[in-house]
Amino acid sequence: MIKFLIKGILRDKSRSLLPVIVVATGVFLTVFMSGFLKGIFNDIAELNAKFNTGHVKIMTRAYAENKDQVPNDLALMDVKKLLSQLKIDYPDMEWVKRIHTGGLIDVPDSFGETRGQGQTIVTAIDMLSPGTHEVERMNIKKSIAKGSLPVKQGEALISDEFAERFGVSLGDKVTLFGSTMNGSMMFNIFVVSGTLRFGNTILDRGAIFMDIRDAQLALDMDDAASEILGYFKVGVYDDIKAQQLQASFNTKYSLKDDEFSPQMFRLVEQEGLGDYLKLANSAGTIMVFIFVIAMSIVLWNTGLLGGLRRYSEFGVRLALGEEKKHIYKTTIYEAMLIGIIGSVIGTGMGLGAAYYMQTYGLDVSSITSNIGMMLPSVYRAEVTPSLFYLGFFPGVIATVLGSALAGFAIYKRKTSQLFHELEV
Amino acid sequence: MKKIFMLFVSAIFLISFTNPNANVILDKVDKNMSSKNRIFESEMIIHGRRTSRTITSISYSAGNKQSFIEYLSPAREQGTKMLKLENQLWIYSPSTDRIIQISGHMLRQSVMGSDLSYEDMMDDRKLNDIYTANVTGNETIDGRNTYVLELIAKVDNAAYHHQKIWVDTERFVPLKQEMFARSGQLLKRTTLSDVKQVQGRWFPMSMVYKDVLKDGNGTEFRITSAKFDQKIPDYIFTKAALKQ
Repeated sequence: MIKFLIKGILRDKSRSLLPVIVVATGVFLTVFMSGFLKGIFNDIAELNAKFNTGHVKIMTRAYAENKDQVPNDLALMDVKKLLSQLKIDYPDMEWVKRIHTGGLIDVPDSFGETRGQGQTIVTAIDMLSPGTHEVERMNIKKSIAKGSLPVKQGEALISDEFAERFGVSLGDKVTLFGSTMNGSMMFNIFVVSGTLRFGNTILDRGAIFMDIRDAQLALDMDDAASEILGYFKVGVYDDIKAQQLQASFNTKYSLKDDEFSPQMFRLVEQEGLGDYLKLANSAGTIMVFIFVIAMSIVLWNTGLLGGLRRYSEFGVRLALGEEKKHIYKTTIYEAMLIGIIGSVIGTGMGLGAAYYMQTYGLDVSSITSNIGMMLPSVYRAEVTPSLFYLGFFPGVIATVLGSALAGFAIYKRKTSQLFHELEV
Repeated sequence: MKKIFMLFVSAIFLISFTNPNANVILDKVDKNMSSKNRIFESEMIIHGRRTSRTITSISYSAGNKQSFIEYLSPAREQGTKMLKLENQLWIYSPSTDRIIQISGHMLRQSVMGSDLSYEDMMDDRKLNDIYTANVTGNETIDGRNTYVLELIAKVDNAAYHHQKIWVDTERFVPLKQEMFARSGQLLKRTTLSDVKQVQGRWFPMSMVYKDVLKDGNGTEFRITSAKFDQKIPDYIFTKAALKQ
């Protein structure tokens, strides 16, 4: 019977073409949009991980409680020892130390007095060690508007907007004023090696990026760091592995009665990213649900139209003695075959489009340049194994459901009126 | 009913009789706390959550518009100087040989990790010039009777919108101060003690500042030497003095 139905579908294009196009389009949209949305949400989470949260982050408990104030007086101590232990204990991770602080950038005039001044957020990363991935991770090279990366200690990158506002040129000396880890006044002169433009309002207003060694010296944090970030070497966040890592670390290193002992936090526990990723997953499920409902209605309608068009055919088949149940069954089988064909085509097209967007992405830097949130400038889709079946089953189910609803009309036909209806 | 009314009127009369006018109290406080000029040698003990450290300094002030502070120890702070002229504040750092002007938002930042802000240090104005006062009651602090005054800012540039101060009824020296934001949020609390008579005035030689929004156990400020109405050379209050 399947062979017979396939022949029917292939030979009678008017019976199959429209439903196949509808199913394929719906499945395509579901697969592509799911992949794209997943990619966008993951891009945003990954961007935050790179700049801020890491896949896991280690801070002292006291620092974590007040981390919005960047309280470096509560920062991690004995960082060298802790880092070397982490490298031994968890070799699948890459560990990096970072320092954050706030303060003022002061631009001197020719007499050494204040010519211009602005608030700044200082991010100190490992820029100068051989083999460091930090510059690449934070996309600093691509964000350089003028000049170049620091090549030696005492050099730093400042925001391009700040440099333009206060007429700071490459090679100029500016002073960073703030507080050391112990609360002493911190004055640090550095040379501007380049300017940065991230396309993010907060960073572009007054960020400074410097080598962590410079920051440690300036802030009296010789063997200290605000935080240690850990990244999975595979490059992708895995919450199950992160949970195991966190449990193991906190059991070994975090002491209940010492608020300055290190404590590990997962990406999803920081900056509301957990809720955000849950929302991302829910969005995908909601999308599939809406798709099934919408497609069922469309295909119901298509089935009704098909039923009308095939009104005579069903009439003749009934007149020849075929059972209503059998006609209904063949209609369902036919719908199943159309659903499979449409879903295969739609899934293929969706995967292709998602793969294209994964490779090339969508550049939205011109739109996000004035947004304060940490958002990526290029959005990419993500092809995941779930995309291979995500649209397929809803596509088949929606087609069968649509035909099943439309097929009820078969049962309403009355044999006594058939010959009259068929004008025999 | 008549009796209750009479009691109420008597109580009000008694309070107003025993508590002098709030402005008179503030005036007496200002006479103790303010002077034409003064030289203080002091030590500031900052109690952080992790460590405590002591910073010594010498300060020169003339009226409420000029002041100069030189930090003497520890080595990290030695030679750092601050100059306040009118509403402007400059800091000199010997390590970078730079003079930086502090303005705007930075004035509310902590000085050397203490519970004092630059704004607190700069504001030497008389209380009577900044606030209108009301006596709200009497309390005892460390065995001393005090008037409790509520001060509300009458100028726009006051560091705190309102304050509550406890003034010693005999010596007219504040023994406790609470500073509030416009929203009613308590920002800082100061306790003043070791009140001594210096050149005919009562003056608290020890103060503990606590920024309630900040971790740590507060900042102690101890005056080791206080001299009032001295002759201070004019050059002290110039930017040139910062680099000397």
